[in-house]
Amino acid sequence: MQLEAAVKNSLYMVIKERVPGITFFKPLVFILCLLPFILLVINALNNELGPNPVEEMIRTLGDWSIYFILAGLTISPARKLFKLHWLIRYRRMVGLFAFFYVCMHFLSYIWFDQFFSVEDIVKDIIKRPFITIGFICFLLLIPLALTSTNAMMKRLKKNWVRLHQLVYPVSILALLHYFMMIKADYLVPGIMLVILSVLLGYRFFLKFK
Amino acid sequence: MSFIIKTASKQDIKESETTTESDYLNRREFIKQSGILAGAAWAGSLSLPAIAKPSDYGADFPNLIKTAYGKGEKLTSFNDATTYNNFYEFGTGKKDPALNATDFKTDPWSIAVEGEANKTGIFHLEDILKHAQIEERIYRFRCVEAWSMTVPWVGFSLAEMLKRFEPTSKAKYVQFETLYDPEQMPGQVRRVLDWPYRDGLRMDEAMNPLSFMATGIYGRHMPNQNGAPIRLVVPWKYGFKNIKSIVKIKFMEQEPVCTWNVTGPKEYGFYSNVNPDVDHPRWSQATERALGSKFWEPKAKTQLFNGYGEQVAHLYKDMDLKKYF
Repeated sequence: MQLEAAVKNSLYMVIKERVPGITFFKPLVFILCLLPFILLVINALNNELGPNPVEEMIRTLGDWSIYFILAGLTISPARKLFKLHWLIRYRRMVGLFAFFYVCMHFLSYIWFDQFFSVEDIVKDIIKRPFITIGFICFLLLIPLALTSTNAMMKRLKKNWVRLHQLVYPVSILALLHYFMMIKADYLVPGIMLVILSVLLGYRFFLKFK
Repeated sequence: MSFIIKTASKQDIKESETTTESDYLNRREFIKQSGILAGAAWAGSLSLPAIAKPSDYGADFPNLIKTAYGKGEKLTSFNDATTYNNFYEFGTGKKDPALNATDFKTDPWSIAVEGEANKTGIFHLEDILKHAQIEERIYRFRCVEAWSMTVPWVGFSLAEMLKRFEPTSKAKYVQFETLYDPEQMPGQVRRVLDWPYRDGLRMDEAMNPLSFMATGIYGRHMPNQNGAPIRLVVPWKYGFKNIKSIVKIKFMEQEPVCTWNVTGPKEYGFYSNVNPDVDHPRWSQATERALGSKFWEPKAKTQLFNGYGEQVAHLYKDMDLKKYF
């Protein structure tokens, strides 16, 4: 039953229902989502990323990856709770931006931290649990990005919903990846954990109420 | 706007190594000219509030004795060394110490000397400094987080100071302690670490000629964010062993408690010697990134004992460095 409803919800994205202002707001939101990346590139090219630019770059992209994952997970609950049905029209974009930032995060690591040394990257991924987990997140997000089209959604139906529920374990692993990198101060990932707990807890609650 | 400081003596450093003016300062020339140089030109390129201007390089110690230590090494810029700091007492972000330590009061300052020594008690910093032969040493600094810098420290030999307290034969270790004062140190309000910050050395490590007590950098009084008014510098060990804002020195028979060791015993050993072959459990220690290097520049290979093996390797002669990391 749950699944049926989810399929219906997701197809809502496909249905060309008129949402006021969407033609104006969607490109605007797109640019807003891209803004952190544009600013990062500008700062990098101007040597304004501080004394340790590579760390700054990788961390910033990692932060935005998690922000977008959390934002993506907020859409469905916000839509249901506040009856903001039009929000669903932004879910795919937010999700794809999460994937985009994860890709850039990974790219900045293999480029500026490892300089494409396959041997070092493989060693790092195998040897360091937090990198292993980050890499798993990246891999798990690939099928979600590939099946994000309308055609795929229609074709996979229930399986599409099942597949895209992968974002739940990914969100937990992404946060674990963050936690495992911290030396002593868990405040920031702690706040993220509270937010994620609410977002996932809400779904858990719906399922068993 | 910027200006280039002309390198007068070429034996110190090749001009080709000088990438930008912010990466390299010729200290001697700079000291000579410090009176006439105006540093405002730099301000434009700073992305953080300028806490102290590099134009004052050498200003606080005009007759500083230069030593052979690190002669010719390419220095990290003053700005990078003073805006990218791990000093959790002032916050855990790299920029936090520079922003939060501006009002930190370091005068008057005293150090309590305790434990296995004949001359214990509370000593005013100025009394300790009275006997010290202040000199400049350029040391490489390698953080456990795999970044590094090269800093001209101002200070004096740790051994010379410790000897004056006359440690007894029971003194096998020496422990240092940072000030605990949450009113002044906002980072201590939360229990991020087991305050007060403590760290220590084996006595022979402490008495090694390399071990240094620093009261300044770049010929200036120690900036608050770098551990004012007095800090330890042991360049063959990871940065966190270089304890800052010291208020207590304790001679001990047993291995002292070290804050990071308590926080993560498997990650931060008592010795914490720089060693490219002993990785941190979560990241590699084989390479390091020099502060101020551009993002497209490759990382540098980390050296055993941070390149100070000649001076300190004998201290660990029969020790398994993987076990005693």
